[in-house]
Amino acid sequence: MERSRREFLKIAGASAAIGLGARPVIEAVAAATGHQAAPEAQVAHHPEALKATRWGMVVDTRKIESAEQIEKMVEACHQEHNVPMLEEERHRIKWIWETHFHNAFPSQSTDRVSEHLEHILLPVMCNHCENPPCVRACPTKATFKRESDGIVMMDFHRCIGCRFCMAACPYGSRSFNFRDPQPFIKEVNLKYPRRMKGVVEKCNFCEERLALGQMPACVEASKGAIVFGDLTDPDSEVRHVLRENFTIRRKQNLGTEPCVYYIV
Amino acid sequence: MLELAIKGNKTYWTWIVALLGVIGAGFIFYLWQLQFGLGITGMSRDVSWGFYIANFTYLVGVAAGGVMVVLPYYLHDYKAYGRVTILGEFLAIAALIMCLLFIIVDLGQPMRGFNVLIYPTLNSVLFYDAMVLNGYLLINLIVGWNVLEAERNGVHYQKWLKPIIYLSIPFAVSIHTVTAFLYCGLPGRGFWLTAILAPRFLSSAFAAGPALLVLLCLFIRNTTKFDPGKEQIQSLGKTVAYAICINVFFFLCEVFVAFYSNIPEHMDHIKYLFVGLHGHGAMVPWMWSSMALMVIGIILTVNPVTRRNETTLAVACAVIIAGTWIDKALGMIAGGFVPNPLHEVNEYAPTFPEIVITIGVYAIGALVLTVLYKMAVGVKEEVEQG
Repeated sequence: MERSRREFLKIAGASAAIGLGARPVIEAVAAATGHQAAPEAQVAHHPEALKATRWGMVVDTRKIESAEQIEKMVEACHQEHNVPMLEEERHRIKWIWETHFHNAFPSQSTDRVSEHLEHILLPVMCNHCENPPCVRACPTKATFKRESDGIVMMDFHRCIGCRFCMAACPYGSRSFNFRDPQPFIKEVNLKYPRRMKGVVEKCNFCEERLALGQMPACVEASKGAIVFGDLTDPDSEVRHVLRENFTIRRKQNLGTEPCVYYIV
Repeated sequence: MLELAIKGNKTYWTWIVALLGVIGAGFIFYLWQLQFGLGITGMSRDVSWGFYIANFTYLVGVAAGGVMVVLPYYLHDYKAYGRVTILGEFLAIAALIMCLLFIIVDLGQPMRGFNVLIYPTLNSVLFYDAMVLNGYLLINLIVGWNVLEAERNGVHYQKWLKPIIYLSIPFAVSIHTVTAFLYCGLPGRGFWLTAILAPRFLSSAFAAGPALLVLLCLFIRNTTKFDPGKEQIQSLGKTVAYAICINVFFFLCEVFVAFYSNIPEHMDHIKYLFVGLHGHGAMVPWMWSSMALMVIGIILTVNPVTRRNETTLAVACAVIIAGTWIDKALGMIAGGFVPNPLHEVNEYAPTFPEIVITIGVYAIGALVLTVLYKMAVGVKEEVEQG
């Protein structure tokens, strides 16, 4: 008697659970067949979100005085985006990093480079190319150019980790998670997703900050050395700086049309 | 026909068990890689493809090389190859299975592999590579199996197979062309950025594939009652001779263009491989060995005396396999990624787990090849004994 009652309760409980679980499914089917108006998925927009047709950046190397200045930018970026600090050099993840002029511009460097350029380092990151070779290479559209503003973005959940994009990028701007990055993140920023092992990542021009009306983290930390804005707007600050100065872009001859310019 | 593969002597079963052991070891290391990530390999931010993709590239060549027996037989009606076409097709199947496995073990997130099919991306060469490799595998399975079964039953193979057989010829060329396009369409990699890369891949494929077939034919003759034939082996030897000469010629064309034009982006990679760059020269002994092996291969296959002697021909084939493997697998990857886009030299060497996983994949290929060849040879023996 005792036993059968327990069994009855079990079955009843299970049926109730199935019934409850099935309800949203039934509702969804009903909605899809037109019995009820389906609620459209909506993305909330921040009222102060920064918008552009083509985001771009100008790095004024004249305003870079020390390596610490760039380190601050790197730190701001890597903290914002939960970039881990891995011990092994070959596994490192870099969204923005510092390098010599002759590394950033291998075909433009000379033996007789200006004294300033010889002594300083430059920040380098993803160029958010107009014609990104990485996007061309990706077999799953996990990396793509956002149509609205030209930012080259990553879908960390779609990436299969084939690393074709890394071979395709002529700037070495992409990093791969050779191991689980989570134990190596110093302070977790809960406002930005962390990654798992086996996917590629890179600079995203702080699209998550732009959506909230904030400037990219490196721009904020640069103390005026980086200007960021809409390249299609003739009145924007970047366009103003580009009009006033002679600028160069990395590997201009490859036709990728980088959106990061350098004043040297 | 599979029943033919489960009838074997003690040596056969020892070989099978040994292969299974190696596969098991590779699998255990692969589980470790799945758990830890690709960090257990020697790959890095700068050399982001390594031993897996290198061997993948080489084996695409071996698979494409099979067409060197299919084409003369079906297109030129070169009757002698009737005895060996099945060996070429089955070698292609084993090589393609290894290729696909190498791609899978190279993925950071292998469980998402089907994303390539779920989100087909027509601008990605990798999508086309997946299509042609699987297509060529399917073609060889259909053609190889049906033709062999028809032979066993003493009838002519089905008429509908003929167009598929013809299709297999451009498909063989396409798999290696598309694989070369993976590399040579990338703007920032001077070593790969050459229109001759697909022809180079094909020439080394048509040397390495038939060279391996020669060795397999000799092995089959010595261990079974089926003799693939002296004429067949000699014809394959001539194919190898032409292909290895063309392969070395193409390489010298690359050297000329890079060094006479004197463009650093093109020279630096070749310099790294052959003389070292900024004090880094791990590849130097390998590359010179590769060149020496290929030159020895040319001497032994072009010279009629050494080609006709099956012992020296076998030596020639072995050195050509080794030489082209170093050139195309090791050199292609290391040369392409070093120096990196920022002109820094970060070298690559595979790690122990990486090598064990690679050998495991090769063991799977050897197992597939053993089973298929056991079947093919079994049928040939049956037919010849009447």
